[in-house]
Amino acid sequence: MFESILIANRGEIACRVIKTARAMGIRTVAVYSEADAKARHVRLADEAHLIGPPAARDSYLVAEKIIAAAQKSGAQAIHPGYGFLSENAAFADACAKAGVVFVGPPADAIRAMGLKDAAKALMEKAGVPVVPGYHGPDQSDKTLTGAAKKIGFPLLIKAVAGGGGKGMRRVDSMQDFAAALEGARREAVSAFGNDAVLIEKYVTKPRHVEIQVFADGHGNAVYLFERDCSLQRRHQKVIEEAPAPGMPEEMRRAMGEAAVTAALAIGYQGAGTVEFIVDGSRGLRPDGFYFMEMNTRLQVEHPVTEKITGQDLVEWQLRVAAGEHLPLTQDQLRIKGHAVEARLYAEDPARGFLPATGKLLRLKLPQGDAHVRVDAGVEEGDQVSVHYDPMIAKVIAWGETREAALRRLKGALQGSVVAGLTTNLPFLARIMGHAAFRAGDVDTGFIDRHLSDLIPADGKADDRTLALAALDHLLALDENYRAQAAATSDRWSPWASAGGWRMNGETSLVLRFDDNGEIRDVGVAFTASGYVLGLADGEIAARAVRRADGALVADLAGDKISAEVVRAGNDIYVTVGGVTRKLKFYDPGVAADLSSDAGGGIVSPMPGKVMRVMAKAGDKVKRGAPLLILEAMKMEHTLIAPADGVVKKLSAVEGEQVSEGAVLAVVEAED
Amino acid sequence: MSVIQSLIDPKSDAFAANAAQMRALVDDLHAKVASVKDGGGATARARHVERGKMPPRERVKALLDPGTPFLELSQLAAYEVYDDAVPAAGIITGIGRVEGIECMVVCNDATVKGGSYFPLTVKKHVRAQEIARENRLPCIYLVDSGGANLPNQDEVFPDKEHFGRIFYNQATMSAMGIPQIAVVMGSCTAGGAYVPAMADECIIVKEQGTIFLGGPPLVKAATGEEVSAEDLGGADVHAKISGVADHYALNDAHALTLARRIVATLNRRKAVSVQCREPRPPLYDPAEIHGVIPKDTRHPYDVREVIARVVDGSEFDEFKKLYGTTLVTGFAHIHGYPVGIVANNGVLFSESAMKGAHFVELCAQRGVPLIFLQNVTGFMVGRKYEAGGIAKDGAKMVMAVANAKVPKFTIITGGSFGAGNYGMCGRAYSPRFLWMWPNARISVMGGEQAASVLATVKKDALARAGKAWSAEEEEKFKAPIRSQYETQGHPYYASARLWDDGIIDPAETRRVLALALSASLNAPIPDTSYGVFRM
Repeated sequence: MFESILIANRGEIACRVIKTARAMGIRTVAVYSEADAKARHVRLADEAHLIGPPAARDSYLVAEKIIAAAQKSGAQAIHPGYGFLSENAAFADACAKAGVVFVGPPADAIRAMGLKDAAKALMEKAGVPVVPGYHGPDQSDKTLTGAAKKIGFPLLIKAVAGGGGKGMRRVDSMQDFAAALEGARREAVSAFGNDAVLIEKYVTKPRHVEIQVFADGHGNAVYLFERDCSLQRRHQKVIEEAPAPGMPEEMRRAMGEAAVTAALAIGYQGAGTVEFIVDGSRGLRPDGFYFMEMNTRLQVEHPVTEKITGQDLVEWQLRVAAGEHLPLTQDQLRIKGHAVEARLYAEDPARGFLPATGKLLRLKLPQGDAHVRVDAGVEEGDQVSVHYDPMIAKVIAWGETREAALRRLKGALQGSVVAGLTTNLPFLARIMGHAAFRAGDVDTGFIDRHLSDLIPADGKADDRTLALAALDHLLALDENYRAQAAATSDRWSPWASAGGWRMNGETSLVLRFDDNGEIRDVGVAFTASGYVLGLADGEIAARAVRRADGALVADLAGDKISAEVVRAGNDIYVTVGGVTRKLKFYDPGVAADLSSDAGGGIVSPMPGKVMRVMAKAGDKVKRGAPLLILEAMKMEHTLIAPADGVVKKLSAVEGEQVSEGAVLAVVEAED
Repeated sequence: MSVIQSLIDPKSDAFAANAAQMRALVDDLHAKVASVKDGGGATARARHVERGKMPPRERVKALLDPGTPFLELSQLAAYEVYDDAVPAAGIITGIGRVEGIECMVVCNDATVKGGSYFPLTVKKHVRAQEIARENRLPCIYLVDSGGANLPNQDEVFPDKEHFGRIFYNQATMSAMGIPQIAVVMGSCTAGGAYVPAMADECIIVKEQGTIFLGGPPLVKAATGEEVSAEDLGGADVHAKISGVADHYALNDAHALTLARRIVATLNRRKAVSVQCREPRPPLYDPAEIHGVIPKDTRHPYDVREVIARVVDGSEFDEFKKLYGTTLVTGFAHIHGYPVGIVANNGVLFSESAMKGAHFVELCAQRGVPLIFLQNVTGFMVGRKYEAGGIAKDGAKMVMAVANAKVPKFTIITGGSFGAGNYGMCGRAYSPRFLWMWPNARISVMGGEQAASVLATVKKDALARAGKAWSAEEEEKFKAPIRSQYETQGHPYYASARLWDDGIIDPAETRRVLALALSASLNAPIPDTSYGVFRM
């Protein structure tokens, strides 16, 4: 076994690998970019090396820097985690050349699975079932269009070198095909430097079921059962569970054996995942699955497999990489109970799951225990930046039954608090509670189909939320006044109080909150024991205290409620029961002060890079006309003209890095 | 520290009866103040708001740090003084906290007679400035006034303490380094134009504020020029052309935000020169004072029962406890501030007066603020006492009180009669603040005594003329005198004329004193020197 390994990754997976390595007595070496100098993985590791600026292409993707760090630190092996260089054959080669063990499959196995069309052909030859499609090298529009006609609609266009849903398009009819092809090629070039695509039949009611396989260097291979990853948004997984709901034993065996066949066919070693598309339209049947691709690395969702098998897959990886035999044989592996994982992302489900960035002002995740596991790479106070994946944490729950696991995960999510940026936390909790999901009626269309249940219309903040925001504001006023006074020679000044005292009478305040653009007033009358709050549904007696851990413990007309209210400047995040509502404190005087120099225009929805500029100042544009394309968080966003009119200003330049809220263009509407 | 042990039973019938009587007085006070706070009434306020202006009390609220106390002054100013009601004399004054700094706020109420200055409006404005000067509080003027009330010009314009004094005060306070900030939220005509013009920094509200020496009617009369108020002296003129205003506000809320921002730049550091400690509440509820004060004013009570409900931990270190016992003196803390308390516990004798003088000297020597709890029928009279030199002993106390330079605070808790008023730091002795309880009475002597004195004089004159005077005739003579004294000695009468800074609920004594003590400590405490003590 190794004495020392380097982890060529960041975030939760780096922390995850460090944990197992440490438990095995292996010294850990982290690498980090300038943006990650204070990141959790750096703090956890025994040693850490700076490998460059924030952009991944200048740091985590630079093989030479990582190998140099490994050599400098004396690491004997490099664990690549997932993403970054984990499926980069050249990197695996470079490691071998440098005399450092790459914890992963041989470079040839990565290559074999790296190009999807070749991989499929290989699998077909080895007897693994594949989806009907076109995987040929002729990439002419004519050939591809002809193939599309032959396969029929709906179909999928996918980047040959792709993964993670990038460069993928679903096409429902011939007339959309050309545009989708162009988009898929553009994304493919941008993401992988290769615009080759393949076309496949689109399976209706498809389920994404994958098999975890493991192979050692002694010719042994096993499968650690399946994971159902059907719940996806934007073609990216968000909920994963094991075992798959409704999976018959014979199908599990058929899929497992097919996956082992696939691994052995390419001389695989280490952890791998064989992804299948399963046709769920007529129930799960042993002949209803098709090979999609093989991921030649540890998966994000590996913890659910660990929870149901009781195995540590990172330990397995390290043992195989060190030349050991697989720890268990196939007949020693058993499924125990059910596990489900939710990926907590900084993203806004209500805005098409647009990635969000910002500071984690408050982060309270469940305490891990025997049943609930949290894999996080960030901590309260950390920044979720534009540079990397916006995943905050994975929350995994185990139960004797699926129902128990789901309920447990729902509770864990509802007890969590993330404030400072928008997350999918309430969305995840709603999935866990959704009747169709509870019933196991899953397929990759689940989220789209139930979107209105999972993302309730963004209505007004309720009275309770406003009351909690008001109470927090009043407490904070008092706390701030007292803190200010304490710093003066009049330490206990009676003036430093927000009790609303008046000579021979009473007073009141109106606190104003900007609730998604609407100004909501909360009346505050001061009483001897607290306040009377004036809300939409009438007046209630209310008071609150702040607990030592910062939580607000409120009494709203006799209802005791504990909540997290986080304040950053004028932004207020109220979290109750896992749902966070953002309000802004509104001061009419300050608003008037700002109103004099506010401008209008098309603003950047998030920090990103201008990819294409399609209009110029003076152009007459129609409503909906694309003005420019912004690349942000690895996605393309087209900014369109809000109305028919004339482009008054368009100062954005291709390649320019722009910040959130930056005015990129101004369109003056025609009357 | 010795702790006062209360001997009062809050469950007794007497206590309940006392409390009920005081409660009625306080309720009446609160009702009066509530009606005063309504300003010029609903119609006038609606008109005011229609013009896009915030009501005056809303302006004050928006200026202050949200939720912080407002120590309003002279709420009953001009109460039943003029033929027409002029609630609060048409001006709101008080101390409030702005950006962490205690400031004097002076706010015209344009819903009351257009915010014009009646004689008592001037008196209230000038008194607020006096408090600001003595306690070094930055002044913020929220101006919305038509200027001097023309029918009353002889009592508003010419004298030393009249309208001109306002600007004199602005000039001299500015010279002392006490910031003067004006927010023009309405008219500032003629003399009123000097409020913003004399300010260190001023703000004007767009389409609301106007500043000019002569308004459009006067201009037309003088030169025939026809011009609108806005074109003559609006925000655009003064913020963009004349430079009379420094800041241009879009509306009232914006103007008050800018005023707060100005205060935040004042760079003031409060240097409290007394040794504070962490405040502790009294052992006895201050609200119990209601039941402590006897229903019948002729019944005596121990003033220590009041002190026990005002001071921290009810701890009171008495000075000369066994000597001159009709005056109680001693050290205590109120909301953490050290104070010396001088409290009447009966008529003043020579010993009590000398004890008081001694104790005041101690406080002045040590820089300890003085609290006077005034409830005094006067000095003892009679041959024995005159021969004992009570006049010179009373003079010693007056000498000490008049010259002591520590902050002094007077509460008239009962009677304030005769020379007792002087020795116990009445209005003429310039306490920083003076408040009355609603049960108090103030006059040169009690109504009954005055009636008797005048009746005796008259009776003697009639006797010299050999005329008889029946008991009924005497009673008929005395009744209107008693009635006059009762009316003029009443706290509402006193407060209306600014003989005090306001009437307070006895239960709020501790809090009011705490706020005032804190405010007073914005000014350094100078050394004291005395004149000649007659021995």
